[in-house]
Amino acid sequence: MTILLLLIPAALAIGGLGLAAFFWALRNGQFEDPEGNAVRILVEDDE
Amino acid sequence: MSALRKPAPAFERTVLAVPSMHCAGCMSKIERGLGARFGIASARVNLSARTVTVDHDASLDAHDLVQALAGLGYEAQARRDELAPRLSAARPLLAPLAVAGFAAMNVMLLSVSVWSGAEGSTRDMFHWISAGIGVPAIAFAGRPFFASAWRAVRHGRTNMDVPISLGVLIATGLSLYETVRHGEHAWFDGALMLLTFLLVGRVLDAMMRDRARAGVDALLSQAAQGAMVVGADGKLAWVQAAKLAPGMVMRIAAGERLAADGEILSGASRFDQSLLTGESAPVVLHVGDPALAGTLNLEAPVDVRVSHAGHDTTLAEIARLMEASTQNRSRYVRIADRAARLYAPAVHSLAALTVVGWLLAGASLYTALVTGVAVLIITCPCALGLAVPVAQVVASGSLMRSGIMVKDGSALERLASVDRALLDKTGTLTMGRPLPDKAALVALAPDETAVALALASHSRHPLSRTLAATLAGWSIAPEPLIDVTERAGEGVFARWRGLEVSLSRPQGGGAAMAAALAIEGRPVRLIPFSDRMRPDAEAALAQLRRLGIECSILSGDRPAAVGEIAHATGLTAQANARPGDKQALVGRLRARGRKVLVVGDGLNDGPALAAADASMAPGSASDVGLQASDLVFVQDSLLALPRAVRAARRTMAVVRQNFALAIGYNILAVPLAIAGLVTPMVAAIAMSASSLIVVGNSLRLARAAK
Repeated sequence: MTILLLLIPAALAIGGLGLAAFFWALRNGQFEDPEGNAVRILVEDDE
Repeated sequence: MSALRKPAPAFERTVLAVPSMHCAGCMSKIERGLGARFGIASARVNLSARTVTVDHDASLDAHDLVQALAGLGYEAQARRDELAPRLSAARPLLAPLAVAGFAAMNVMLLSVSVWSGAEGSTRDMFHWISAGIGVPAIAFAGRPFFASAWRAVRHGRTNMDVPISLGVLIATGLSLYETVRHGEHAWFDGALMLLTFLLVGRVLDAMMRDRARAGVDALLSQAAQGAMVVGADGKLAWVQAAKLAPGMVMRIAAGERLAADGEILSGASRFDQSLLTGESAPVVLHVGDPALAGTLNLEAPVDVRVSHAGHDTTLAEIARLMEASTQNRSRYVRIADRAARLYAPAVHSLAALTVVGWLLAGASLYTALVTGVAVLIITCPCALGLAVPVAQVVASGSLMRSGIMVKDGSALERLASVDRALLDKTGTLTMGRPLPDKAALVALAPDETAVALALASHSRHPLSRTLAATLAGWSIAPEPLIDVTERAGEGVFARWRGLEVSLSRPQGGGAAMAAALAIEGRPVRLIPFSDRMRPDAEAALAQLRRLGIECSILSGDRPAAVGEIAHATGLTAQANARPGDKQALVGRLRARGRKVLVVGDGLNDGPALAAADASMAPGSASDVGLQASDLVFVQDSLLALPRAVRAARRTMAVVRQNFALAIGYNILAVPLAIAGLVTPMVAAIAMSASSLIVVGNSLRLARAAK
């Protein structure tokens, strides 16, 4: 059962990392323009 | 993106609304087109909000940027400053949702281990870790519910958030107590799952409202409205509407709206007053005639001396009427809150009775309390909390795809019960703008239509623009022209294959609006313009009748013009109605117990739109019309009306089914809870199953607007 001492913190850390990444994205305006981001991929960057 | 947050030093930032951009092509055209211009550091499009944020040199102003965008082929308006920080309803809910989701998944992981047989100190450790994750997460993610519940309780009311908050808080408290006591059951997973499901519903609801509002905002003329003012030295300068003062002289080009009331100093033109008065026929105004703010100059440039600026009398009167009538609307209680009024007392007394019952049966106080709390947790209105918002979100999404924007979920509830409709004439039953006569266009030779399109596309005149738009829809390629000149108030002149061609005001200028197409060596062709009924008007009215909605026309136009449309549609009509009359009629019908739908577009419809049970406006409506109405349809066809009503009724049918499902779930689960048989695992399965069933049932509305 000692493996739990390793696995539980590891699971929480990975989840927490995802949560932190989401908060970072939220603060940096990544959710400002979902529609624009969806079509921006179609814009050709030829320069 | 983070570079967008603050403008680079030495540059100014201007946000412009560009309603007509809609695709990747528009986006790159605007960003590159603007970026290449002198004095512009960067341009960034926000397609969701239909805006462009431009960092530019201080030597440019908003008007220059609007001109630059016009050069790229897009109509734009500088946003008013007070509108600039757009408040999103969904964004503040995203962080609580993320936290609730994260915590729910991790706690569930630990709970599954407990359910599958963890014992003794292992179980205690799992419970403590769950508490460590769960308590802060519930405190953070539950705030939207706690705040709303507290507001309701403080005012002596109750809403759906009261039983939700109570359930979550009691479940958390009991779990903490059990954890400390080395107990067998902790409910952190249930509380967090409940919050996650409910937040998903709220976020979807808020996102839908954000999108509808962004759509309506884009239609509003966010105008830094203003006018070109002729200075003392004869020079022209752009002055914002708020800074216009009586005595200034505005030069109003054809196709421009007046920004202030005034008197015509020089020139004469036709003016479209339909948004202000409902009158469909353009009015000819000469030197000395008063011209009202909001009217559209159709023909020739005129100079107007400002008499009243800012909030002139006509607008102030309408604003007063609207303020009075919006209070009616706020008294409406949404169906979810009506359900909560019945639900909360029933559930809470049931829990109390359970405690009393167990005590009477001889159980210990602890057992009785735990069982009572289990009743509260299992009845926590997970499915009930999703029953209304998810159904409305799915239906609004379907309506939005078919070009109808729903500004508020409760609009669908109110629209579903409508049994009487009052329709404005100009701009609602009719298109509200002069359109070229089809028969006259069909009679033209193919090369003549191509020349007409080429000439019309060179002009900003309103008639030219509608002509160009109509012909462009026929997939005709314009003929190449040379030496194109536009003479204000006369027309467009050019050379085509060595021949003189022109599209101009007809000689003599009769009463009707028309354009004359002249090609050297051929007879002059006259293209008459007139307002037309919206497509499918008759079919739409017939469908409304079949839905049990009695329709009639209520217009501010002259009786003759209204009579014509009344005759064509077979509806009863009232003409010459002023804004106050329209509002009074709505009040009388409502007093008789009718549920009234008002459909209108003008400033003069604003008070009636605000007073009605439900209201709709076409996308071409005035700002006042757009803001006062619940639904906005951005399509020409009047079939949007019956479609919206049908979708609203279907939504309410699904909402009622959802309530039945949620109550059915409670009828099954509550006896188990009262009997003391509910464990955290049973609660988790029952809650998620009932939520998913309700969501699944609501998804059937995805095609509600078909």
